[in-house]
Amino acid sequence: MPGISASPGQLASAAALPVSRPADGIPITLTINGTRRQLAVQPWTTLLDLLREELNLTGTKKGCDHGQCGACTVLLDGQRINSCLALAVTKDGAEVTTIEGLAKADGSLHPLQEAFVEHDAFQCGYCTPGQICSAVGLLREGHAHNADEIRELMSGNICRCGAYPNIVAAIEQVRQDGGAA
Amino acid sequence: MTYIGTPRSRVDGRAKVTGAARYAGEFTAPDLAHGYIVSSAVAKGRVLSVETEAARALPGVLEVFTHENRPGTAWLSGNYQDEVAPPGAPFRPLYDSQIQFSGQPVALVVAEDFDTARDAASLIRVTYEAYPHQTDLHVQRAKAYVPSKKRDGIDPPPPPRGDADAALAAAPVSVRQEYSIAPEHHNPMEPHASTVIWEGEGKITVHDKIQGAQNSHNYITNVFGLAKENVRVLSPYVGGAFGSGLRPHHQLALAVMASLALKRSVRVSLTRDQMFALGYRPMTINTMALGADADGGLRAVQHEAVASTSTYEDYQEAVVNWSGLAYRCDNVKLGYKLAQLDAVTPLDMRAPGAPLGMFALESAMDELSYKLKMDPLELRLRNYAEIDGNTGHPFTSKELRAAYRQGAERFGWSRRNPEPRSMKEGRELIGWGMATGIWEAQMQQTSARATLMPDGTLEVATATADIGTGTYTILAQIAADAMGLAMEQVMVRIGDSSLPTSPVEGGSWTAASAGSAVQAVCYKLRDELLNHARSMPDSPLANASLQHVTFTEGRIALRSDPARFVTYSDAMRAGGHRMLSLEQTTSPDPNVQKTYSSYTHAAVFVEVRVDEELGVMRVTRVVDAVAAGKILNPKTARSQIIGGVVWGIGMALEEETFTDHALGRFMNHNLAEYHVPVNADIHEIDVIFVEEEDDKTSPLGVKGLGEIGIVGTAAAIANAVFHATGKRIRDLPITIDKVIG
Amino acid sequence: MERFSYHRPSGLDEAVRAVGPHGKFIAGGTNLVDLMKYDVERPNRLVDVARIPGLDRIEPLPDGGLRIGALVSNSALAYDERVQRDYPLLSRAILSGASPQLRNAATTGGNLLQRTRCYYFYDAGTPCNKREPGTGCPARTGRNRIHAILGTSEHCIATHPSDMCVALAALEAVVRVSGPGGERAIPMAEFHRLPGDRPEIDTTLAPDEIVTAVDLPAPRFPRHFTYLKLRDRLSYAFALVSVAVGLEMEGETVRDARIALGGVAHKPWRVPAAEALLRGRTAGKEAFGEAAAALLQGARGFGDNDFKIELARRAINRALAQAAAGKPQSVADKRIA
Repeated sequence: MPGISASPGQLASAAALPVSRPADGIPITLTINGTRRQLAVQPWTTLLDLLREELNLTGTKKGCDHGQCGACTVLLDGQRINSCLALAVTKDGAEVTTIEGLAKADGSLHPLQEAFVEHDAFQCGYCTPGQICSAVGLLREGHAHNADEIRELMSGNICRCGAYPNIVAAIEQVRQDGGAA
Repeated sequence: MTYIGTPRSRVDGRAKVTGAARYAGEFTAPDLAHGYIVSSAVAKGRVLSVETEAARALPGVLEVFTHENRPGTAWLSGNYQDEVAPPGAPFRPLYDSQIQFSGQPVALVVAEDFDTARDAASLIRVTYEAYPHQTDLHVQRAKAYVPSKKRDGIDPPPPPRGDADAALAAAPVSVRQEYSIAPEHHNPMEPHASTVIWEGEGKITVHDKIQGAQNSHNYITNVFGLAKENVRVLSPYVGGAFGSGLRPHHQLALAVMASLALKRSVRVSLTRDQMFALGYRPMTINTMALGADADGGLRAVQHEAVASTSTYEDYQEAVVNWSGLAYRCDNVKLGYKLAQLDAVTPLDMRAPGAPLGMFALESAMDELSYKLKMDPLELRLRNYAEIDGNTGHPFTSKELRAAYRQGAERFGWSRRNPEPRSMKEGRELIGWGMATGIWEAQMQQTSARATLMPDGTLEVATATADIGTGTYTILAQIAADAMGLAMEQVMVRIGDSSLPTSPVEGGSWTAASAGSAVQAVCYKLRDELLNHARSMPDSPLANASLQHVTFTEGRIALRSDPARFVTYSDAMRAGGHRMLSLEQTTSPDPNVQKTYSSYTHAAVFVEVRVDEELGVMRVTRVVDAVAAGKILNPKTARSQIIGGVVWGIGMALEEETFTDHALGRFMNHNLAEYHVPVNADIHEIDVIFVEEEDDKTSPLGVKGLGEIGIVGTAAAIANAVFHATGKRIRDLPITIDKVIG
Repeated sequence: MERFSYHRPSGLDEAVRAVGPHGKFIAGGTNLVDLMKYDVERPNRLVDVARIPGLDRIEPLPDGGLRIGALVSNSALAYDERVQRDYPLLSRAILSGASPQLRNAATTGGNLLQRTRCYYFYDAGTPCNKREPGTGCPARTGRNRIHAILGTSEHCIATHPSDMCVALAALEAVVRVSGPGGERAIPMAEFHRLPGDRPEIDTTLAPDEIVTAVDLPAPRFPRHFTYLKLRDRLSYAFALVSVAVGLEMEGETVRDARIALGGVAHKPWRVPAAEALLRGRTAGKEAFGEAAAALLQGARGFGDNDFKIELARRAINRALAQAAAGKPQSVADKRIA
């Protein structure tokens, strides 16, 4: 693959002069919730800000913007990551699944979404999309076999409302039902 | 009644699990500009200069606001008061060059997009003249004072009763200790944000993270001198707040200011670290003394607290009052003082005051029980208060005795060997501790509107918020029951300043307040429908009065012959209405308020396991037995208590904001080093709701649940740590260093 | 954040040529983007090495060891069957750190290069010798609960936050790097440096060098090992103190030992003399206590973190006992074995 480069201009000295905004951004392709999109992004735009600010996919939340809370969790090529720490330009070609992409086209909820509602696994709802995307990743990874392991492997998603016991119950139910995907 | 009292999933659940629920910083407009705040690096002083040229040169930057160029508006400090402001002169963003606290906004960059605003902000250079500051409560407590002006809604400590000094001196058994709690921050998951949509012609719609849209509405109109009808504030979803959203914050003022100046839509979202400059649970030092007879009867209670406040507002909360009413005692002396720090004003945080004072009282009670060689639960029962000692009033209801009994039974308290260090499994010492929790049960005056739609569905509306508490769901339950409709036929609208008047959602009063208002307006609607139905030609209900009919499935039917009925739609039409909309205001009963005291109670039992050598603690089991009147929705109610208990665990073991006193700055202003509980910290939490009939606090019989789960929990954990290890730790949080120290 | 240009090279050579004096390589980005948003790291150019071919593999080495490509994610490494079987110490150390999301994104090379943790270093509103050389170190007299007790200097008391690196230090891994001058191998013990009077430099890697792989020697401690991490909550927190131990046992006798500490210094802390003390000794309190004392020789606290000295002593003793007994610390079960 040939290297690509987008250089909006070199800094004369490290901190003095700002780099101006490349007029059109850097072209990338992302498949977001099954839809392939051609996008032009600035190198400093995170995947989280791209989703929220430019694509209006605000289901993915910004809780800390530093990988310390998990509210921004999305699935990148099937793996859960913190989208706040991923520069969009570096994910060119990737497949992204956000909370908006989990329910089926007919509106029926993903088993984890159902379970979260049924077990009251949230209160304010702000960490919830991240919790659910994280749980999808967790079940795919297949390393959680009991409640202790679910707790440990869901500890990257902070819920300040303290819904943890219900979150564990919801995930445990779906795990036992074998309803990952 | 088919919905009230039954477990129901949240009506807003689908919106929240699909990402469809939008929070304040997620609304947009075609011309939306983004603001980013630059914060002060010094705690006290004055801004000498703000260099904005580099920021302005960044393409896409629209404006940089500082105190030097802020638009002229109404800037009297009185205009910045809000519904829950403590006495004093509220902070005025970008008012002048003076710095009152570290993290104070000193500039706002507004740009075409978020990245540009953020990146331009990092190019701004601010120089200061720093003045000497003081942020250490241990130093400032020497200058503590009794606030000269009381804060609205917060009762100062009651006057002394009996002679606590003499009784304490004469008591055969006594405890006198100091108990302190570190400063804490709310850290809701959603950062505070305000999106101001410029509607043209001076009108704005504001999406604000706020626990009461009308509080922000009044604040905006007062600060900017705008006509009430030109401002609408919306807060349909609030991503947690726990008190941090009670007051309008500076990002709101700055976003509105920029929007009015630029005549375009503007959003200002705070970063996580900037949120640490909004306010905090004040650091509080309790001095607590208890005296008792040899048989455990409390002879004296003395409790004085010193809490931090700012230099510009006298923030107050009820810390010590609990000690005057939790137990029966004739000799009580309570005191509450403030000490000023060069820091932001503290801010109500879940059960403001109560878990601080109750940590002291309930730790001291535990210490007393050991001195008396009496079971801690027995000591509490021995001193059970049948009346509120602070006022002499009876309680509207108090099933705390049942809570103690049921909680103890579920927990297995009777199997407890009182001897510290007596229980061990593997390397872990096991400790069992308990404590009492108390919180005020309140109802506030609230208005609600009910609208019967042409299609027979119902809309109920009041301005309040749902910060995760389940307001949407319980209001739907209440309205559905009152009108005999299915919950699916009820649409709940809240979080909108244009709706009927409601206080901020806080104090655990929303279920009682908004719930009662919704029920009352639905009842009024029923009356109206029945009147219309009766007046129909040949009405089957012609002579029926309210007690003769039922309201079910959209029909008014005769009790004696349900086949004879009038549908709501027909009744409306008969009255000449396509739809029928009524409003009603409910208030607490002033006679009850004058003659009764109303509180929720809890008995919390905790098991901790402590690896003593390494100081590692695990809270492996909690039973919280709660007496809170009627439980509207056991599912969401249980979640409220679980959440409160998780907060108690955080308070007991993890939460602490560190201040660098040389810099006058909170230093662990992030979620990596301000530790809140994570999933791995939380194990079994068993919630019991004790049957409690309360016909006085509110028409619904509801007492509220938002706060009670945290009150007493930290004390129970500290008591359990003592039981496990024999080590009494009197300053929270109980971290590894204190256990091994 | 300061603005930068973005370059995605096709190969290693191009990457090394492209980075320039004020540029940075980016792979997982979990620490670099974090620091850039705090205005702590201010590169003028990011060279995205995440797609450079050949660096995302775990391959056997002729001596029985393993070569871990710099782009292997922390998750892939921790859950790799060979690593779980032959280097369980490494697997558990990685799984004790960060969160699954971060481990999925973070790479082996990036983990080695994560910057030290310190409240002040991360807060551009305060002085910090590491961030702005010469401005002072407020942590020494300020808040320092999480700070170092060993190897500190008057200029810096920050701690290296990695868990993976502590295990790599105990396993005596070798870091392979590539630069304009070709390739070289740096033993783990020499890869990270102490702050001294240049606290702004965390490692011995030259600015235009890039980590290509980590070589693990042939497996040594498949049974007698542990990674014990103590922190302010039970998961998703940096270590106050962590201990990686690998022992070779013959009955009750320690044949050989490797011990590394995390959370206590500017680098994973190893003291070969402490390990030597254990050789030929009966596993037990006496020998463990001596080893702990040797590891902590010269330790000093700065106030908030005074407790770490005693905590570290106890943690070392416990970890050695766990390893000797063949009862390594579980990651998910929070009881300390």
